[in-house]
Amino acid sequence: MAAPTDAPATPPAAPRTGVPGASGATGASGPGAAPVLRPHAEEAFADELAALAACDDRPRPERWLLSPWAVATYLLGGELPDGTVVSPKYVGPRRVVEVAVATLATDRALLLLGVPGTAKTWVSEHLAAAVSGDSTLLVQGTAGTPEEAVRYGWNYARLLADGPGRDALVPSPVMRAMAEGKVARIEELTRMPADVQDSLITVLSEKTLPVPELGGETRAVRGFNLVATANDRDRGVNELSGALRRRFNTVVLPLPASVEDEVDIVTRRVRALGRSLDLPEPPRGAEEIRRVVTVFRELRDGVTADGRSRVRSPTGTLSTAEAISVVTAGIALAAHFGDGVLRAADVAAGIRGAVVRDPVSDPVVWQEYLEGVVRERDGWKDFYRACREVG
Amino acid sequence: MAAAGLPATAVLGVRHHGPGSARAVAAALAALEPDAVLVEGPPEADPILALAADADMVPPVALLAHPADEPGRAAFWPFACFSPEWVALRHALGRGTPVRFIDLPAGHVFALAREREREGQGEPGGAPPGDAPPGSPDGPRPPSGAGIPVASDPIAALARAAGHDDPERWWEDVVEHRGPGGRGGGDDPFAPFRAVAEAMAALREPASGEAAPAAGGTRDDALREACMRQQIRAARRAGHTRIAVVCGAWHVPALERMPTAAHDRGLLRSLPRRVRTETTWVPWTHRRLARHSGYGAGVASPGWYHHLFTAPDRPVARWTTRAAALLREAGHPVSPAHVIEAVRLAETLAALRGRPLAGLTETLDAVRAVLGDGAEAALAPVRERLVVGDAVGRVPDTAPAVPLQRDLTRLQRTLRLRPEAAERHLDLDLRGGTDAARSRLLHRLLLLGVPWGEPTASTVAGTGTFRESWRLRWDPGLAARVVEAAPWGTTVAAAAEARARDTAARASALADLTALAETCLLADLPGALPSVMRAVADRAALDTDTAHLAEALPALARALRYGDVRGTDAGALRGVAEGLAVRICVGLPPACTGLGRDAAEAVRARLDAVHAAVALLDEGGSRGLRDRWAAALRSLAGGQPGERTAGVPGLLRGRAVRLLLDDGALPVEEAARHMGLALTTASGPADAADWAEGFLSGGGMLLVHDDRLLGLLDDWLAAVPHDAFTEVLPLLRRTFSGFEAGVRHAVGARVRSTRAGAPAGPRFPGGSGSAAPGFAPEPDHARADAVLPVLALLLGLPGPGSPGAPEDPAGPDAPDAPPARAPAPGTSAARATPRGP
Repeated sequence: MAAPTDAPATPPAAPRTGVPGASGATGASGPGAAPVLRPHAEEAFADELAALAACDDRPRPERWLLSPWAVATYLLGGELPDGTVVSPKYVGPRRVVEVAVATLATDRALLLLGVPGTAKTWVSEHLAAAVSGDSTLLVQGTAGTPEEAVRYGWNYARLLADGPGRDALVPSPVMRAMAEGKVARIEELTRMPADVQDSLITVLSEKTLPVPELGGETRAVRGFNLVATANDRDRGVNELSGALRRRFNTVVLPLPASVEDEVDIVTRRVRALGRSLDLPEPPRGAEEIRRVVTVFRELRDGVTADGRSRVRSPTGTLSTAEAISVVTAGIALAAHFGDGVLRAADVAAGIRGAVVRDPVSDPVVWQEYLEGVVRERDGWKDFYRACREVG
Repeated sequence: MAAAGLPATAVLGVRHHGPGSARAVAAALAALEPDAVLVEGPPEADPILALAADADMVPPVALLAHPADEPGRAAFWPFACFSPEWVALRHALGRGTPVRFIDLPAGHVFALAREREREGQGEPGGAPPGDAPPGSPDGPRPPSGAGIPVASDPIAALARAAGHDDPERWWEDVVEHRGPGGRGGGDDPFAPFRAVAEAMAALREPASGEAAPAAGGTRDDALREACMRQQIRAARRAGHTRIAVVCGAWHVPALERMPTAAHDRGLLRSLPRRVRTETTWVPWTHRRLARHSGYGAGVASPGWYHHLFTAPDRPVARWTTRAAALLREAGHPVSPAHVIEAVRLAETLAALRGRPLAGLTETLDAVRAVLGDGAEAALAPVRERLVVGDAVGRVPDTAPAVPLQRDLTRLQRTLRLRPEAAERHLDLDLRGGTDAARSRLLHRLLLLGVPWGEPTASTVAGTGTFRESWRLRWDPGLAARVVEAAPWGTTVAAAAEARARDTAARASALADLTALAETCLLADLPGALPSVMRAVADRAALDTDTAHLAEALPALARALRYGDVRGTDAGALRGVAEGLAVRICVGLPPACTGLGRDAAEAVRARLDAVHAAVALLDEGGSRGLRDRWAAALRSLAGGQPGERTAGVPGLLRGRAVRLLLDDGALPVEEAARHMGLALTTASGPADAADWAEGFLSGGGMLLVHDDRLLGLLDDWLAAVPHDAFTEVLPLLRRTFSGFEAGVRHAVGARVRSTRAGAPAGPRFPGGSGSAAPGFAPEPDHARADAVLPVLALLLGLPGPGSPGAPEDPAGPDAPDAPPARAPAPGTSAARATPRGP
């Protein structure tokens, strides 16, 4: 269950200097600089990290700022002996976080899988912040990510002026993490071209990064590890090779477990988004949000909310993130073209668009759901009609 | 050292089915060398206790007790090889030490339960005695440790006190995972029992202080403990000096602090008269252990416990290796390196969670993350085979007959069906009481995997649903099958019901499930039907193939009608069948696009079957269904301007039009319009011929009676270009060869006559008023009425007085009509007299 609890809602804390573990990248934002839009996890939650470190007397793996127990507490929240309340960063099964932290404590890398909107990136950022105090050693995987992004590049001016040498080498975040014994992050690992992915194999198995041009290598010091995220629903773009996959422990981040949690997440995110889009807050949106979440959950889980009958699932992911965008779009419709109240008609088209991804099979799934479930449900007449209208 | 301070009676408090407890009991018994072993269990089983040492007795097995006069009410006490009670039994029997069960006799428990039922009988809806609660073959549980409410579950309370949310895990940490000689236990094999006793005493302190033993479980506990104490006293009187008592941890304090014997006698005096009880051993399975059972302590992971108990050392490493082997079998690439990493992760997790040793949770988490790519689905075989396990117990032949066998024998006597090894045929007329009961018995036995009778095609010529033929042959091996089926229940009916429910939960194919539903109706197991129907609904909902749904529907509709004949309440069945029909209505049109010739042929057959099924369902009154089906057929037929009908084969479009026409849902003018659209040169000749086949197959009288249709067909055929004609000809020939010879002649004659009779002008003038060639402008009612008396005679109707009588004689109301509605020659009547009431 993914709940980026209060990050979106937290007002951007003024960036601090001297944050423990703040790397050079954030050093630029000194006092007096304009407040950044979004502080890094280790900046936003510096107080909690400091409090945890202060009362953490359990053994820490080398170069970890906190013990595994404290890292888990940081993510899951709790109250410390000294009375400090640690806010939960991730609302979901404890098991997931424990396995993730335990994996980082071994020398296996961690792969966070999940559909979009399950807080994979969020968890990886906070893990890096809690373990190494630095969540900025980040490589974003895209179709165009070059090998330099995970290994090293060259400063060509230097190279031409001084010839090959350590000074001319531009280390990647992974290389820096290896040298400093920190946690490196790779986002959307499966979006990277396969050959770039595979350059990680040496890093993960030999724990070294050879630099043949200089006849040397950068060896990982203890404390180094890697957290990668990947989307398991958009699978198959660049499937991990068996050799690479073998070096990861996989943790699947589940979707929110209960309607309440999901409605809560959607409501909060929609409010935050609406504020930034200057949309008026709908007075009775909660009801419609609950309906959207219910539809999403039922179709996603393949069973109605009362557990009585099964329904077929469409091909789309129907993640919480999509529910958020459906509701946001509905509010925009209601605000600009309706009477400002979020109604069934405002979300109907959005829902259909989210459900029907495959033009062949999904319309049937949607029709079946409408006729079999929505039609007979009490108080859903308006919703049924609205959905019938959009097709 | 340890034995020095031993009391004469050592009370060993255990967790039922706890492997750690079992080890501790084994160690304690070895150290104590008792001269009598007393075990919590029904004393009625004492005579058959010795069987536990039999070489043919393989756990898991269960002790079964039931009132002699009421086999339906039964209680089970299961034992696995890791059950502390089993360890104690085997220890004592192996050394020839006297061993006895000391719990409250099952006869008293049954009597108490009956008494309570009688008290509660004032309210309507009280379960009739002998009606075992559906779902569990266990019947009423003897009130044991778990009889007390969950709130006072002792182990849960202790775990909460220790700050653990999961009592199972807590118990594992403090007891199961520390064997004697392990940390904390020291060398004293009695240390764990002393700790447990102390904890339980502390737990029971407030309870016994405030509320005296009162109603419900507490009173039962008091009774049972009084009984156990009396038995301990008896053992002491018998001269035993070193007595070991193995009982649930909860009872320990009550057995260690003995009140006066008079107090206990007083308590026990209040017991109702004991019911005569029969006991025996039955084979058990790990899967059943996983449910709640007689001891009230179902274990979620018997396979894991079995492993913990039997693995000589390094349980986590060994278990992970086995899991890896399983995953490899399932096709996951799992290397030894994976296993190493999984074990390491499990240990790290245990450390992170502050547990002394990696338990099942950690190991499963590690296996999931390392071996299973984080996917829960990969773990399914591991859960199935290693966490629960598929161990099946065995019971020696010398064990007393199981109640199921006794029930079967009783039924065989009352139904006069002797088990004979020689094969014989049996024809049953289901309208008779005895025959119907025989049929039910045979069907139920089939469900239980006891194939005594085998259904065969009826030797009596008869198409009725009230006849059944069986081939009977009693193979002596079937007796063993009956014993195997014993855990399902104590009567044939209850066992078959439980078995059907279980089969439904596991079946994967929709067709299997609908067949099972039919069997449930045949075997008259209404109790199992809801579960089966639920499974059908679930499977159907997930089945993406409309073809499967369409195949399942006719069987359901049949079952529904059959259920009506037998007077079964088939409300659930109807709900599912209608749900299925709705889904077919939604999913059929898209599923019909882009089909090849053969596929279209198959769909056409299904279309007909579903059409008949919908008509059957429709009799139940849901008019909406028929309308929806008609709408689906209409969208299949296409023909609306601007509608996208491309991709639906002509065969199906034609068939849809025909079915609509037959139902009176489409006026014949509309049908003619469709035909005109389909049979034009604009569409390919092959497609048009397909359309014609779909439309005409199964009956050509239509053409004889409607000149417009015939005319359209004739015009089109005449316009087919020369080279396409050879392509179309075989199709048409096939279509027409399906007609009866008379119809073919009539069509031929009509074509000839119209060609000859109206060489010029508009041929085949449609519309009313103008007479078709060969017909008068207006019908001659007097001549037409002349046929009515004969018709009424043929149909067995009261007379020609009622004008509606001759309508639709072969309608679906006739119970034994073939389900597929024959497109009868009388179809064209649809336009003259609207069909049906």
